[in-house]
Amino acid sequence: MAVNPFQHADSASSVSGPPSGGDYLADSIFRIIALSCAALIVVLILYILWEIGGLALPAMAQHGLSFVSGTTWNVGTQEFGVLPEIWGTLYSSFLALILGGTFGVAIAIFLTQDFIHARLAAVFRTIVELLAAIPSVVYGLWGIYVVIPMLRPVAEWLHSELGFIPIFGTELSGPGMAPAALVLAIMILPTVAAITVDAFRRIPYKVKEAAYGMGTTRWEAILKVMLPTASSGILAALVLGFGRALGETMALAMLIGNSNQINLSLFAPANTLASLLASSFPEAGQIEVQALMYAAVVLLLITLIVNIVGLGIQQYTVRKFEGKT
Amino acid sequence: MSDIDLTSRPQESQRLSLERRPFELRALTSGVLTGLTWGIAILGSIPLFSVIIMLVAEGGARLDIEALTALPPAGFEMGGGFANAIIGTLVMVAIATAISVPIGLLAAIYLAILDPHSPLAGTSRFVAKTLTGFPSILAGVFTYAVLVINFGYSAVAGGVALAVLMLPTVVLAAEESMKQVPKKMTDAAYGMGCTRSQVIWKVVLPTGLPGILTGVMLAVAGAAGESAPLLFTALFSNYFMSELMEPTASLSILIYNFSSMPFDNQIELAWAASLVLVLIVLVFNILARLIGQSKV
Repeated sequence: MAVNPFQHADSASSVSGPPSGGDYLADSIFRIIALSCAALIVVLILYILWEIGGLALPAMAQHGLSFVSGTTWNVGTQEFGVLPEIWGTLYSSFLALILGGTFGVAIAIFLTQDFIHARLAAVFRTIVELLAAIPSVVYGLWGIYVVIPMLRPVAEWLHSELGFIPIFGTELSGPGMAPAALVLAIMILPTVAAITVDAFRRIPYKVKEAAYGMGTTRWEAILKVMLPTASSGILAALVLGFGRALGETMALAMLIGNSNQINLSLFAPANTLASLLASSFPEAGQIEVQALMYAAVVLLLITLIVNIVGLGIQQYTVRKFEGKT
Repeated sequence: MSDIDLTSRPQESQRLSLERRPFELRALTSGVLTGLTWGIAILGSIPLFSVIIMLVAEGGARLDIEALTALPPAGFEMGGGFANAIIGTLVMVAIATAISVPIGLLAAIYLAILDPHSPLAGTSRFVAKTLTGFPSILAGVFTYAVLVINFGYSAVAGGVALAVLMLPTVVLAAEESMKQVPKKMTDAAYGMGCTRSQVIWKVVLPTGLPGILTGVMLAVAGAAGESAPLLFTALFSNYFMSELMEPTASLSILIYNFSSMPFDNQIELAWAASLVLVLIVLVFNILARLIGQSKV
């Protein structure tokens, strides 16, 4: 009666068996390939810094910090300074953030705080997502032929009536800061809205129920409970939206007027780092390319810092809520 | 024990009213803010409709067989089209997909399954997230420094620049989708004696496929619309491409170049090209949605 119940398991006809040496080998090779691909992403960003930094090195050595504080960009005399571009980048992004941030957060509140039926909310969400899907050049084209003509009478009126205020100090002669910032605001709205919606979704539903249970109106619940609770997530949304605005290129290159000047006026043409690269790079000679690489390093550092700060706040938010619930 | 008499009722004058009065300040504030939010939501969707109307009106009027099959016109020439730019865009997006999807997928496998908590995975994930906010023009500058300086302007360089931008989207979407695969399915496969790579190839990838494809489609849609990275990697060309190592036309650069020209014909073509570009982007977006809906 000593029949081994497992005998059939290692009979020659059985398909089961421990993994063969080949299986082990394939497994570890696969693991190494996957690991190197994951490492590649980290290497990629270092390589990007290395390559751009390497080409910018001659310009860095030559111009030093005066590159960041200089205000002229003249290939003939080899004077390169990007202060107007840094100013234009920060100013346009800041204006876009005020407008796009307000709209983005308001739309996120609209979508998440039971203002509309879920099906209608899905329609609005699709609209916001499509806003993000439209290519930058198409926004640029739309800006040239729709936004600028639309803004011109408004700008004229503001300049003639309120011209003594510096931000309305010049006339809008075509491309300029205002149309660029307006289009930029539309482009960062989806980013801000999406991350803010996510921040609101992370708040446990019972928080809102508790507020309503105490007899708050909907807006008291939103302003006194939901917004403070979601505040770090909203901050992350704004910072990441700002980062998006800093690096935006084509629409700005088409709308901002590419003029090297520092002007508070909303209607004056200006320039940004990214649009300087876009407009000067294709025709640049050896020396100018080095200076442009330096400008690229400046842009890279600004956006990396802003993005890392934004992501840091976002991760902090996620941890905060995962700890609580 | 306490002095408070729980049975006594407050005086009629002291009792708080639970009645909602429509003209009370807090109710009014609520109403005004609600109206404001509706206004903002509607105002915020106006640009999309304006863009669509302009595209259909201006671009639709010019979009004909000639626009889709002819080469771009020079200066004062009438007619013409942007066939080479459509081909160029599709070829470069295909190159970018061929580079970024395998690398992104393998990286995502490592991040989601092989070693999700290792320091490398953490760093890699953070870098991928940082790269999603990476200015697209810098991808162009990078590719210029690596490829264009040595090999000249080409479709391959354009494809590499787009791949840098697609990579983080693919990685993060694929990782997210593989993490959604139920643990019992992988446990069952391990229990049957599968090796790790067998579990990944035969269980995790097929199950996570819809999510992965959604991510890939969204990345493709994004790359198709990009123009900044192509400006000085693929440059532009007025002719059909004959090989991959030569300057190549793309829809987005054509729109950029034509938008600033003083000729009506070119501007009309820019609108028509925008319409085609938006349609291409939308097709991939819709595909992403359709595939995403079939998720488990």
